[in-house]
Amino acid sequence: MNINKKVLTNILPQGFVLTFLILLIGFFAFNASVNMGNRGIAFGFHFLSQEASFDITFSLIDYDGSYSYGRAYLVGLLNTLLVSVTGIIFATILGVIFGVARLSDNVLVSKLASVYIETWRNIPLILQLFFWYFAVLRTLPLPENAIPIFDTLFLTIKGLHTPKFIWENFGTFFSAIIIALVISYMFFKYAKKEQEISGKQLPRFWVATGLILILPYLTLLTGIVDLNFEHPELIKLSDTVSTYKGGVTIIPEFLSLLFALALYTSTFIAENVRAGIMGINKGQREASASLGLTKGQALRLVIMPQALRIIIPPTTNQYLNLTKNSSLAAAIAYPDIVLVFAGTALMQTGRAIEIVSITMFTYLTLSISISILMNWYNKKIALVEK
Amino acid sequence: MIKNIKSFLVIFFLSSLLVACSGGGQQAGSKKSKTLDQTKKQDFVKCGVSQGLPGFSNADAAGNWTGMDVDVCRAVAAAVLGDADKVKYTPLSAKERFTALISGEVDVLSRNTTWTLSRDADIGLTFVGVNFYDGQGFMVRKSSGITSTNQFRSGISACTNTGTTTELNMRDFFESKGITYEPIAFEKADEVVQAYDAGRCDTYTTDKSGLAAQRTKMKNPDEHIVLPETISKEPLGPVVRQGDAVWEDIVRWSLNTMIEAEEYGINSSNASSLKESSENPQVKRIVGAEGEMGAALGLDNDWSLRIIEQVGNYGESYKKHIADTGILPDRGPNDLWTRGGLLYTPPAR
Repeated sequence: MNINKKVLTNILPQGFVLTFLILLIGFFAFNASVNMGNRGIAFGFHFLSQEASFDITFSLIDYDGSYSYGRAYLVGLLNTLLVSVTGIIFATILGVIFGVARLSDNVLVSKLASVYIETWRNIPLILQLFFWYFAVLRTLPLPENAIPIFDTLFLTIKGLHTPKFIWENFGTFFSAIIIALVISYMFFKYAKKEQEISGKQLPRFWVATGLILILPYLTLLTGIVDLNFEHPELIKLSDTVSTYKGGVTIIPEFLSLLFALALYTSTFIAENVRAGIMGINKGQREASASLGLTKGQALRLVIMPQALRIIIPPTTNQYLNLTKNSSLAAAIAYPDIVLVFAGTALMQTGRAIEIVSITMFTYLTLSISISILMNWYNKKIALVEK
Repeated sequence: MIKNIKSFLVIFFLSSLLVACSGGGQQAGSKKSKTLDQTKKQDFVKCGVSQGLPGFSNADAAGNWTGMDVDVCRAVAAAVLGDADKVKYTPLSAKERFTALISGEVDVLSRNTTWTLSRDADIGLTFVGVNFYDGQGFMVRKSSGITSTNQFRSGISACTNTGTTTELNMRDFFESKGITYEPIAFEKADEVVQAYDAGRCDTYTTDKSGLAAQRTKMKNPDEHIVLPETISKEPLGPVVRQGDAVWEDIVRWSLNTMIEAEEYGINSSNASSLKESSENPQVKRIVGAEGEMGAALGLDNDWSLRIIEQVGNYGESYKKHIADTGILPDRGPNDLWTRGGLLYTPPAR
């Protein structure tokens, strides 16, 4: 009797909804296949292995038109990831700085931070993107009159031309960094133990910095590892037109997208940080002060670890937003997944349904991955009740 | 402004339309045409055009569309509905155009679209003819001193539209010349022009007619030249959905009528008098004084006369939109076969 009632009230409605959903999806799928069949369009993903035959401005992996559409998808995806990850890093750094600065006792600092946050937070992202691309980077000079920065970087309308690192035995250099990191980690553990036992504080920061800087540098000094630079050179395209060749060119499309995404998102992160810090009871601050901690120490050791629990969940949202907003790239010809795959590839193949589904699925996967990662981090820093 | 999201949404929306709408226009063979019936019922022709290309399809401040491509839409409207103005224009980006046509958002796509095998065969479209013979070229700044594509050197950056055949031809061209280049592809023609004009790229490449038309939009048109070389064949023409043979015939013969009218010296001002007075059986067939050409297409017999009277013949259309506007004064390949051009239509009989 009891079980019957449960079935009736709980399981049955859920079953209905589920069946309805499956039928609905099935209906759409069936309809699509019938319609496409009528119009002589075959559904399938075999196009992914066909030759793409279009070039892409900027790619992290080897690519030209002789590669497949699948490869073009990968190029677009990596470009999306590149701008998202760099954007997230810069947005986080700026966000924390301005979030803390807004709470500063120094009126000038806090007012400046407020102005920064309120300005960039309240202008639509697409306008900021156009501002950086059309108003700022488009007014840069032609390569002939490049703006030199320390005589190694050159800023022109075609982008930022930087030297390219050419490593010999990069593996050794890389291992040196890893070894330095491992030793620092072990030193941190040792220092923490030492502090717990004797209360003595070891100069953890300086030791770690020194290790990470000196160890890799030693490999360079001893000549095991060799680093050369390929400098960008001004070459002639015709008697009157020049351009930079060689080195690495950071295209203006990437720079504008990065500026826009990082500045816009950093303001929201700054507000999250402020909310997190203000959410911590005043008593905590007073208690740390009475223990003799400096303001910086109190922030770093007492306030922030607790505030992070408030900051992380909404910041995860901002990371997701930044990643999704990177699709605005198509507005300024940055070759991200939307421009390359859901744009050019879609046009050249005409496979709208396949390509749009793949692109949607890709963004979904990206977002879910970020969520999982941030949830894991959030759990890790959560208060453990003793 | 936010058109990249918008066009993504549009594509998504149109794809779902394709998913959702129950099969339209698949009957073939008989005079029954779903597209024709629907067009008559709603009393306007749904026509897809460009987002603004002078000479081909361009809207003025009041929203009136003019151009060679627009005239094809007008001809279809004149033939089917009796009034060339009964057209609803939908401006489409290169990216959106085929999805819009396949999903039924538009019934004729007349948007400087290149006829290629894969487009014709692979994605459910049918090209009905060619209304402009074009080829891809390059534009550079005069101050660069470049006068031929032979002077191009590695490192050159080239701006073009994304999702077009030009993007593919450009690669073929530079690859065959062994030149490394930086391709920058924008979604909208305006953005390409702006980028090139600002100096972001050294050359702008698209169909030569497009170059000539866009040149008129530059800050200072005299500072730019179109290089003489043509690197590809670009036959531009109207497109319809595959599977509605009657509609396909109507669009094809609306275009052919304009060309054939020019061949026989029939224009918007003399068409009706020729219908009364002409003794030439070919002329009489074109203006509907002889034969039952309209019935064969499921239309009345005055359909072709209306096209010529309301829209004009091909030569009139070319003169009005392309020659007199200074885009391409010389007709070149777009002249009648009798004058050494490529325009040669099957006879209307």
